[in-house]
Amino acid sequence: MADGMAKSKNLRRRDLMKGVGGLAGLAAGSGAITGFPYVHSAEPKVLRYLGTAVNEGDAISKKCFEDTGIKIEYITATTDDVTKRVITQPNSFDVLDTEYFSLKKLIPSGNIQPLNARKIREFDNITPVFTKGELPNGKKIGGQGTAPWKVLYLEGPGSTQFSKTPTDYVTLIPTVYNADTLGIRPDLIKRPINSWKELLNPEFKGKAAILNIPSIGIMDAAMVVEATGQYTYPDKGNMTRAEIDLTMKILTEAKKSGQFRAFWKDFNESVNLMASGETVIQSMWSPAVTKVRSQGIPCVFQPLQEGYRSWASGFCVSKATSGAKLDTAYEFVNWFLSGWAGAYLNRQGYYSAVLSTAQKNMEPYEWAYWMEGKPAAQDIRAPDGSVLEKAGAVRDGGSYDERMGSVACWNAVMDENDYMVRKWNEFIAA
Amino acid sequence: MVSVSRPAGRRFARLRLSGEAVAWLQALPMGLVFGLFFLLPLALVVMVSFWDYNEYEMIPAFSGRGYSDTFEGCLAQLPDLCTILRTYAKTVKLCFLVWLFTLGIGFTVAYFLAFHVKSKTWQIGLTLLCTIPFWTSNVIRMIAWIPLLGRNGLVNQALTGLRLTPQPVEWLLFSEFSVVLSLVHLFTFFMVVPIFNSMIRIDRSLIEAAYDGGATALQTLVNVVIPLSKPGIVIGSIFVITIVMGDFITVGVMGGQQIASAGKIIETRLNALQFPAAAANAVILLGFTLMIIFLLSKLVDIRKEL
Repeated sequence: MADGMAKSKNLRRRDLMKGVGGLAGLAAGSGAITGFPYVHSAEPKVLRYLGTAVNEGDAISKKCFEDTGIKIEYITATTDDVTKRVITQPNSFDVLDTEYFSLKKLIPSGNIQPLNARKIREFDNITPVFTKGELPNGKKIGGQGTAPWKVLYLEGPGSTQFSKTPTDYVTLIPTVYNADTLGIRPDLIKRPINSWKELLNPEFKGKAAILNIPSIGIMDAAMVVEATGQYTYPDKGNMTRAEIDLTMKILTEAKKSGQFRAFWKDFNESVNLMASGETVIQSMWSPAVTKVRSQGIPCVFQPLQEGYRSWASGFCVSKATSGAKLDTAYEFVNWFLSGWAGAYLNRQGYYSAVLSTAQKNMEPYEWAYWMEGKPAAQDIRAPDGSVLEKAGAVRDGGSYDERMGSVACWNAVMDENDYMVRKWNEFIAA
Repeated sequence: MVSVSRPAGRRFARLRLSGEAVAWLQALPMGLVFGLFFLLPLALVVMVSFWDYNEYEMIPAFSGRGYSDTFEGCLAQLPDLCTILRTYAKTVKLCFLVWLFTLGIGFTVAYFLAFHVKSKTWQIGLTLLCTIPFWTSNVIRMIAWIPLLGRNGLVNQALTGLRLTPQPVEWLLFSEFSVVLSLVHLFTFFMVVPIFNSMIRIDRSLIEAAYDGGATALQTLVNVVIPLSKPGIVIGSIFVITIVMGDFITVGVMGGQQIASAGKIIETRLNALQFPAAAANAVILLGFTLMIIFLLSKLVDIRKEL
């Protein structure tokens, strides 16, 4: 039913565009009388881009249109709703921007198709973090959870099986990733924080928060459990039922004793909790920390000794995309990896998938600050021109190698996801 | 023209339908809308609630898994309450508190409008005044409380500034208090309107008769006004109870996502793509709410009163 609806919608939109084209033709035709030549313009290249608000910047779509003539129509949804939409309305988008951990749900559904690595110009230059699970300098990084290199390749173009060895069929062409940790308010905590266990430290009773996305919230809790030495998980991103019970029990005790001020789901919620002082320590995303800081409030994306919980996202296309539309999608993905967008992402504190092209689009002092962990030689500005950091500042967590090298686990969907969701509801009701 | 149309008119007259058929025809458009947009989707929800599911899709094979998972441990954990019973206990508690306060405030406001404001113009004007908060979305009306109630919010600044409390009061926000407060704020108007509507129809001579008979103001209120406002009270109660039972946004935002509600269970299931389990929970919630409404409708014959 959803398919039919999406199709008829498309049809209507196309008819509408034809109608507008006709009108334009009429106008141009009438102009011909006064001597202007009638020019038949090519059909505009339009891509419907489904993703979360975090990656859907106006600056990116504007620059993309200038460079390639491709018009990006953003379809914005929350992480959960993006997945829901792919499952229920695969015809309602062309390009999908999603995280690797959702692939465990999306690939078996058959609603998305892999892109061909041979048609991606910079594919060989993509950082080995994605392809081999190691840093450019060869250091292996933590692979617990749904690490991208475990789900990067499919066995064939129509396959729903992940391939253990590299193939030409790539589930998601990597675009952006980062290493997440806890955000803290140093002015209110007034002492050094260096371990995940501080999240459940009674000292911060009523002033802590975690993410309200069960699969991510439970991993943050697992980082705490390991930090306190209560248990060491074989794989935090794929717990057994007993491990889920243990983790939820510890979370439930913390909740009952009033440890948490709130759980947040939305980027802006996390900013408001931190900026208003409702929380002083919480799971957070890098640009949210930047946003709190840009309000003049001290906030640190605190590196912790147990390492980071990482995430990564990339592009694929709907199964319904083919022909000229598919070519346009490839053109867009190639543009995205060609440097400008990568530099834009790096300047926000994320990391771009192709480092070499991004570097060419950044000033050397910017690269030194964001990627090499060196003190800023001059003021560091956000893509919109506002000053993020004064000269002399050093990035939290240091260089790319230090931060990505300390990744402990990746956002994940567990095999026991159904059980975990039921336990999460029990936790909320406790 | 006139001479042509007359026989045609007569021919139509011969096709006159029986009264019953006309009634059915008149009810048809509403019936169609009701059937297509209410009964059919509802039937689909009930059907899906008995399907099976995996990580990414619904499997159209009969399964009671959505229900059995929901009531997991309900017998084994006795005398402790299982997740679903605990959630409903919490939802019913919130619902009762919101109902109590909206009724108290709604009745008072309606009483003032109906009996103390004498001019029709003022009655209409003041009723419209009550609708002003509805000019913004209810999400904004809800979120507007956060800067007031927060740890460093206006209320706490005032309390600590006046040295009434040594440190900020924590339970003002992300608590049952803040949930009930914002729900009462959001939905009192749904109580005011039906109660006002009932009160305005009370024959004033009854009140005068009570006065002449020597009844005190309280006796008049209890024995005349309240019984005659009962339809309004029941209709308002149905509005408030059905909305609050299914609410998960206000409970989520004002409760800091830490308070369970029947609606939130459905949301969590939907987000995990477990549609049949979500549908089963929706059916349970629907059944529960219908039961409350059934009991309320026992108190007053709404059909007669409308």
